Amino acid sequence: MNCSPDKPVKIVITSSPAYLPVVRGAVEKMCQLLGFDDEGAGGVVLSVDEALTNIIKHAYNGADDKPIDIDLAPLTESPAGGIRICLRDYGPSVDPEKIRSRDLDDIRPGGLGVHIMCECMDKLEYRRAEGGGTVLTMTKKAPERKGNVTR
Amino acid sequence: MKTSQDSPVRQVRWVGRDAIVEVHGDIDLRRSVDFQQTLLVLMDDKPARILIDLSDVPYMDSSGIASLVKILSRARRDGTVLRLFGLSVRVRSLFEITRLDNVFEICATEAEALA
Repeated sequence: MNCSPDKPVKIVITSSPAYLPVVRGAVEKMCQLLGFDDEGAGGVVLSVDEALTNIIKHAYNGADDKPIDIDLAPLTESPAGGIRICLRDYGPSVDPEKIRSRDLDDIRPGGLGVHIMCECMDKLEYRRAEGGGTVLTMTKKAPERKGNVTR
Repeated sequence: MKTSQDSPVRQVRWVGRDAIVEVHGDIDLRRSVDFQQTLLVLMDDKPARILIDLSDVPYMDSSGIASLVKILSRARRDGTVLRLFGLSVRVRSLFEITRLDNVFEICATEAEALA
């Protein structure tokens, strides 16, 4: 019996900050099952939280009743495994070229989410979704395990 | 000063003119505004130093960081010393990722923050 998830987990929430802890809990557990250490799992959890925060604040202007689709899937391309996360909103599409992190030497509140995601994840890709909205796909490889046991 | 049960600020203890702020729970988009407002109201009392105890904060995101940056900005304007202490590994890591670990005064313990 395979004890690691091998199929995507789908979560649908509305854009209320009340659901952020629920998603964080699910992402944390998925990362643990996919072989992430505490540091790696923490970075993935933080990245998902930042992405959701951006959707709530920018795509939906703080409205708390709009849909957000979340897919958590095992990353199959890497020998060590990992996680692929897709977040889809249905707000006005944003030009992916305009989404970037800001200068950290400018000490001011806000605008740190994209920088955090870039630091914690291996890859980020924004694209316009068919039918409107934006899809963010983030991937992170799990750390290589030393001394694989074979039986 | 005790605050409401839902507030991220559990309690404010005064040691002379220093305010020690005990924070609890996750500081994210859901709670960061309340956190910030409570601290800004406290600053109206003109403490000499504000020492924020984050030892019971398992998680913080950039919303929490943004609130702390606003509080720091106000503290600098008022001439108030702001120190953080008791950060978990994950919260500390957030300050490092955002390179704010050198902007805030971060102490290991309350005793160090009070020194």
